[in-house]
Formats: sequence, structure tokens, C-alpha cells
Amino acid sequence: MNTLAKQDRWLLIGFILVLLAGPVLLKPFGAGYPDLLQKFCIFGIFAVGYNILFGLTGYLSFGHAAFLGIGSYTAVWSFKLLTMNVLPAIILSVLMTAVFGLVIGFLCLRRSGIYFSILTLAFAQMAYNLAYSVLTPITNGETGLQLVKGDPHVLDRWFGVPVVEGIPSTNFFGISMVGYSGFYFCAALLIISFYVAMRLTRSPFGLMLKAIKSNQNRLKYTGVNTRSYALIAFVISGCYAGLAGALLAVTDPLAGADRMHWSASGEVVLMTILGGVGTLLGPVIGAGVIKYLENIFSSFNEQILNGVFGFLPDALQHPVVKFVGLFVGEGWELTLGVLFLVLIIFVPGGLMQGFQSLQRRVFPAQPTPAADATRGAH
Amino acid sequence: MDAIFLQLLNGLDKGSAYALIALGLTLIFGTLGVVNFAHGALFMLGGFCAVGVQKLLNLSTQVKDESIPGLEMMVDVPYLQVWFGDTGAQLISFAVPISVILAIPLMLLVGVVMERGLIRHFYHRTHADQILVTFGLAIVLQELIKSFFGATPIPVPAPQMLTGSANIGEWLGMGAGVSYPWWRLVYFCFSTAVIAMVFAFLQFTTFGMVVRAGMRDRETVGLLGIHIERRFTVVFGIAVVVAGVAGAMYTPIVSPNYRIGMDFLVLSFVVVVVGGMGSLPGAVASGFLLGILQSFASMNEVKQLIPGIDQVIVYLVAVGILLTRPRGLLGRKGVMED
Repeated sequence: MNTLAKQDRWLLIGFILVLLAGPVLLKPFGAGYPDLLQKFCIFGIFAVGYNILFGLTGYLSFGHAAFLGIGSYTAVWSFKLLTMNVLPAIILSVLMTAVFGLVIGFLCLRRSGIYFSILTLAFAQMAYNLAYSVLTPITNGETGLQLVKGDPHVLDRWFGVPVVEGIPSTNFFGISMVGYSGFYFCAALLIISFYVAMRLTRSPFGLMLKAIKSNQNRLKYTGVNTRSYALIAFVISGCYAGLAGALLAVTDPLAGADRMHWSASGEVVLMTILGGVGTLLGPVIGAGVIKYLENIFSSFNEQILNGVFGFLPDALQHPVVKFVGLFVGEGWELTLGVLFLVLIIFVPGGLMQGFQSLQRRVFPAQPTPAADATRGAH
Repeated sequence: MDAIFLQLLNGLDKGSAYALIALGLTLIFGTLGVVNFAHGALFMLGGFCAVGVQKLLNLSTQVKDESIPGLEMMVDVPYLQVWFGDTGAQLISFAVPISVILAIPLMLLVGVVMERGLIRHFYHRTHADQILVTFGLAIVLQELIKSFFGATPIPVPAPQMLTGSANIGEWLGMGAGVSYPWWRLVYFCFSTAVIAMVFAFLQFTTFGMVVRAGMRDRETVGLLGIHIERRFTVVFGIAVVVAGVAGAMYTPIVSPNYRIGMDFLVLSFVVVVVGGMGSLPGAVASGFLLGILQSFASMNEVKQLIPGIDQVIVYLVAVGILLTRPRGLLGRKGVMED
């Protein structure tokens, strides 16, 4: 901790406090239930990890969802074969994605720009298609890999964990991973991930990655082997995705190939951009906003809208409800698309940049300590 | 031999669609330098032009059913059939060709508005920004279509006289087993014609010559006093029209739903990159190549030899080509490299 800059320390403390108080803070917005909070944390980890690659080195990967899927499959297999304890599952998932990341990254990083994007996309789509077809014995195809009665659970048996009737649930040394305890477990991992990402960004290594983004050729001419730096960043960011995938399996022990589809890769790009590329806090916020839209906006229906706009005269109420109805419920992705368009056009730096310019406009002369903290995130 | 020929034919229609989308993508990229992620959505928009025209032509009224005498029953009969009789019914079955004719001005308008209204402001932004803004636009277009037409695929039939299969095998003396749906044959011929027209336009007209010069060296053309941006807007419009008509014509082959564009787009990008960014012949060639390869890989004999190859062949080829030939098959030097 002692090497963290002052503003970073405040940022971290603030982050931890807000995160742990999440269930209370988000209650008024209808998001204070553990399932959604878990998703916030998990996709926060995914986006923070993605940002290490895209935000720092500028390599736009379009296949990161493959790591998410690999992480999930590994975790579920660990539950099935070894133990219902989540620790081995997480460790194995991260190791597995590291191996895959090393191989895929080694091949893909031979090219840059759009060629890199297409290569990562190709690998992810191959993984997705294979998971649906040939690899069915491993992935269980369209049904998805899930726990069944009679799974071996070898380690559990060795350590004499009492056998439960039916399908056992995941646990962390006896603590069940359902509900709020699951959320706090994910939150703890998000905090660790965030801290690691922060240290990484501030380290000489992080500086090197930023140098790759700003001018790779110049860096090469000074005799730096940029590819190995980029590869390490790729593997680390893959591991983050693997961790997120494992956590998805921890909170709900089911892994499907859907998680590897290219649209899932697109989603994490959206999260990172929406929040702010290259910032520390941005990706977490972006992930939160998208998951919030997906879960809350999609649950609105005409009845709720009629309730909300009930104060309007009847002649006005109907068209307004119809219009707003386009953006909620089934159409929540339209909101996402519009939000995304507006952001890219007017605030290319994402929400973080938006906050900062707002802050500068409201407090032009005297930056508050909070402003320092957010600026430090850049 | 017959089987191989059949697979070749089967690959052609998918290859045609890939080639048309990839051609448009490359046109836009070559002229404006923009990577257009909304191109798949434009393909989809074309498809829904056909759906819209079909719905419009099928607007129905209730008429007393006279086929069974003495029974009071009302049936839905399209207005066109009421007004024009059998001619009207024929007209309805030609929804797709009619929609292609309608799609041309409509998509041109969409393209010009899109370029002037949105893309123009992104010329000087990074490629990542361009990708993202067009991606966002694609989401918006998709969702709008979804909210109007619903999420389920809507079947659009081909004209009645073209619904059967062509007995190509008999024509070529190969055995009667080789038959090929008429509409796919039409689609292939249509796409070849469109591709030929685009190439002829670029090659044999003054306008095309200026555009080609602009693709080579935009600044010099500008210095010669030519308003190159305006021409590029037209080229963008043409690319959008190509995607639109490709989509409209494709509807009898695959019933369109709002996601069809994205599915095609991902593959089309692979096609473009394999062909070489910025190379028009490369885009067309690799479109057909990948379509045909995909079709061959789905043969049972091949699948038995290498299980799962049909699922990954396109991507495998893309990885292979990109790692050995960094600029794709026919790519030029210095395009999209950092």
C-alpha cells in the first residue's frame, strides 16, 4: 500500500466502501438484490481485465468472450470432478485461461490493428462453434454443462464432506455461494482485481503498455521487444476473463457456449468504452450500467409505464407510453445503442470523461479532493 | 464428381452474399477509410425492404368466400387480387423483385443520410471510434427493426415461377441428381451482375476514374480541384445500395430476422481481411472462395475425416492466411497497419 499515490489510496478506499455498501446504495434503484449485484461484480472484473489489454495497449480484441467461456467450463468441470469448494475451481480456471491466452495471444499478436481484431474474433468463433458441435462431450452442447446427480466430487469424498441429497451447491469452505455471501465473495475478488489492475497501471510495466499504445514503432526502435509486453498484457487480461467466467459458474453452476459468442465479446468492448477506456474506474461503471439496463430496463412493461405516466392526460399518456415502451422491456438494447451512439459522438472518453468535464464546468477553479481522485484514475 | 459439383453450386449463393457485402465494405473502406460495422445492419435493412413490400402487397380485405356455395364465410383476400384478379396475384408473388427496385432509391437515401449525418464527423477520429459508432448504429437499426417487425424470422417466398429447382445436371449431362433451386441460381446471376456493374462503373466512367484516383491519393485529387468528398458520399451510397439489394434478394433463401445482418457481418469481415483490406477484387474472390470452402467442408465425407471442420473452416482459413500473408490475398502495402 505504501507505494500507492495519495489519490489512488482514496480512490481504492472509496471504491471498496461504495462496493460493500452496494446493496444499500442501489436499493432505491431497484438493483439491490444479490443476483444483479453479483453480475455487476463479475462483469466489472471482466471489463477491468479487458481494459488492461485494450485500454493500456490499444489492442482491440474481439474474442475475449472465449476466455469467459473457457473459465466457466473449467470451473464447472472442477465442481463436477473435484469438489464443490470454489477455490480450486477459480484457480484452475485462471490457470486454464492463462494457457489458452498464451497460445492464442502468441498467434494473434503477430499482427496488429484490425488484423489482430479479426484473428481474435476468429479464434473465439472457432471456440464457440466447436463447443456447439464436436466438443459436445466436454461442453454438453446446447444444453450447457451442468451439475448432475452422481458427479464424482473426488476431493469432497476424500475430505469427508457430508454428501447431500440431490445436487450440492457451491461453497467457499462451507459458506454457501448463494445470495449475499456470493455477492460479497465476488465483491472481494473484484476489489483484489481492481487493486491489481491499479498497481499494474501505475507500474513501469503499465507505462510500457501505454507506450505501446501511443507509438509502438518508436518503442521498437529503442530496442524494446513490444510483443512480449503485449503478450503478458493479453494473458493477464485473459486470466481476468477466466476469473469472471469462473465466478459466473460459482454463482450459477452452469456453463453454455453462448458465453463465447462474439456478441458477448462485443458487450465487454461496449462496457469498457461506455465507462471510459484506459481509466481504472470506467470499465466497472460501464459494466454496471449495461447490466443495470439489461436487468432493470428489460423488466419494465406497459403496466409499469402506465403507472409512471399516470399523471398525464389520457390523450397524451398513450403515445408517451408507446414511445417510451420502445426503449424498455424487449427494447432495452435500443436504449443501449442510443446511449452508446450519443456517448461516442459527444463524449468519446466515455462516462468518466463526461463526469470530469461536468465537474470542471461546475467547479471550474477549485478541484475537490474527489476530482483529484478521479483524475488519478486516468 | 456430381457431389463435388453440387457442393460447388451450394457454396455459390452464400459466397455471392459474402462477396456483395465484402465488396461494399471494401468500397467504403477504400474511399472513406472507415470500417463500417453497420454494413450487416444495412444488409438486414434491405431484407426488411422485401418484407415490407410483401406485407404491403398482401394488405387484405374481407371478401365472402364463394368457392363453397351456400356457405356464409369470409376470407382474407389481398386488395390487389380483388382489383386485378390473377394479374394481381402474380404481382404479389413478385414481391422480392419489386422490393429490389424499391430498395435502390431507398438505400441510396439511407446511405447518403448516414454518410452526411454521421460518418462524415468520424473521418478524423480513430479507427476504434469509427468501428464503435457504426456498431452503435447497427444496434439501433436492429432494435428499431425488431420493434416494428418482431424478433421471429419472416418468410418471404420467391416468385411462383422460380420456386422449383433447376435441373442443371441434365443440362450439363451429369446425371439427374444435380438439381439446384432456381432462386439460388438467380441470386448468383444477380450478384455477378451487380459486381460487374460496380466494377464497370469504377473502371469505365469518368466518375469512377476520379474515385479510383481518390482511393489512391486523396490529397492530390483534392489539389486538382475535384470535390472528392462529394464523390465519396456517392460511393458510400452505392455500397449501401449493394448491401441493401443483396439483403432483399437473399430473403427467399433465408427468412430474415433482425439479427441476420450481424451474422453475415462477422463473416464478411473475415472475408474482407482474407481478401486484403482495400482490395475490391480480393474481397469478391475471397467471398466466393470462403463460401465454397464452407460448403465443401460440410460434406459428410470431409466431416468424417476431420470432425467439426465445417464449423471452423472459414476462421481456420482466415487465421492461416493472416499469419502467412499479413495483407491477405490481394492486399496492398500500408493499408490499416497501425
